[in-house]
Amino acid sequence: MEVAYLIETVIKVVVILLVFSALAGIGTYFERKILAFMQRRLGPMNVGPFGLLQVAADGIKLFTKEDIIPTNVVAPIFKMAPVITASTAFMAAAAIPFLPEFEIFGYTVHPIVADINIGILYILGIMGVGLYGPLLGGMASANKFALLSAARGAAVFISYEVVTGLSILAPIMMVGSLSLIDFNNYQIENGWIVFNLYGVGFVAFILFWIAAFAETGRTPFHLIANDHEIIDGFGTEYSGMRWGLFFIGEYANMFFISFVIPLLFLGGYGDGSLLGALALLGKVAFFFFFFLWTRAAWPDVRPDQLMWLCWKVLMPIAVVNILIAAIIMI
Amino acid sequence: MKNEAFNDRNVSSDGYFKVDIAEYPTDGWAKFTRVVRRTFRAELFVGLWVVLREMLKFDIHTIQYPLEKMPIGPRYRAVHEMKRLWESDAERCIGCGLCEKICISNCIKMDTKIDEHSRKEVSEYTINLGRCIFCGYCAEVCPELAITHGGEYENCSEQREHFIDYTGMLTPLEMMANGTQKEFEGFGAITPHEDESVKKTPLSY
Repeated sequence: MEVAYLIETVIKVVVILLVFSALAGIGTYFERKILAFMQRRLGPMNVGPFGLLQVAADGIKLFTKEDIIPTNVVAPIFKMAPVITASTAFMAAAAIPFLPEFEIFGYTVHPIVADINIGILYILGIMGVGLYGPLLGGMASANKFALLSAARGAAVFISYEVVTGLSILAPIMMVGSLSLIDFNNYQIENGWIVFNLYGVGFVAFILFWIAAFAETGRTPFHLIANDHEIIDGFGTEYSGMRWGLFFIGEYANMFFISFVIPLLFLGGYGDGSLLGALALLGKVAFFFFFFLWTRAAWPDVRPDQLMWLCWKVLMPIAVVNILIAAIIMI
Repeated sequence: MKNEAFNDRNVSSDGYFKVDIAEYPTDGWAKFTRVVRRTFRAELFVGLWVVLREMLKFDIHTIQYPLEKMPIGPRYRAVHEMKRLWESDAERCIGCGLCEKICISNCIKMDTKIDEHSRKEVSEYTINLGRCIFCGYCAEVCPELAITHGGEYENCSEQREHFIDYTGMLTPLEMMANGTQKEFEGFGAITPHEDESVKKTPLSY
């Protein structure tokens, strides 16, 4: 039993690592294609059919590029920072049930690395640790723009984490557990949390979704690495695979957040049937697509606007939401 | 027409209107209502719809350049071409030297001589493309429509001077045989499809 469990866990870890590293690459392809279509362009076309092998070309480029450590950087921290971003992104995946459990050759597989009872807290915590990548990388880079980006990162971080935490308090009160599997089972019986409790769930869902954009640093809140203001922010001095690790971390984070949102609010994988599993993947695809969609459509906000939004608008709404949920549930 | 309208330099007097910008809110309640109004006017979704509509219409404007090219205007001024006569395939250039004279960057150099039939013949004709500014005066001044600008913009060489020489500019004889020499369609051009009605002069008896 112990050995079997160990082997199963290792296999699951490896599969998740491989699948989501590959998905991060393919995610860049989808991003470029969808952004291009929305801007009436074609996107990558020349490498492979429909530019599909562009991902491989980019990978080769990233792996073979010279790894530059500039003169004045704090080298150990500079080298460490991208690893933090990428590894925390994948660590957060440990508590996410990607699919309902299924049987293969008479062996029941739980597609979750560790069903710990504080699942969502662990995920949010680890994703919060992921911010140390941009923060340390930006501060160690000996570059004005990187430093600005690190400062922005810290400011953004304390703003959105409040909203994330408070917004999921109401659903947690409904479910009475922090495990994502319990969330899923609760929603089988009581319907999707979005529609629960007279709109409380819906407000929580919207708040969490907005905060997810800040969490992953996607476009309306893409101010940590804004090309048109501060070059690439913390990524300015990075090159080659170190920069690639930041990239993989960012895209893996997008995928994992896209898993977490439906699992928390939109019924997850449902009753565990094949249809439910496909529905979950469809929801994930929609949320990932939405990340790209907003990037094509919306402008970026300033850091002070983001802080204004988080502290003065979203946080009061979240607190009121929790109060209303508590009053209704009493 | 009277000139008053154009002589009036006081731009602020009329014809201009101020952009309709609402009064900036001063007190807290007005600011709050503005935020609420903007939030529920759902302008963000208008932006989302616009880009989604463009994606669904799939009206791609990309030109995949080496494979596809934009049509180029007939009056585009790329590297020069020397035309031949439709009737006899002889060079149109009569060696008048007008192009050499008018060239404002002095890049055209030509030399003429009297040939064995006592006719003026162009013995040497060079355009220094390194100096040429492609103003088009030479083509405009040419009385025979002999020198024109072509549409070939994809030249590649170590120096601009080496883009093309006189024999390269001259319409190849195969093109004359096929009747595919292109006339310049801009100012001074012959009427369209005139070349189709031209008969070759019977020179041999």
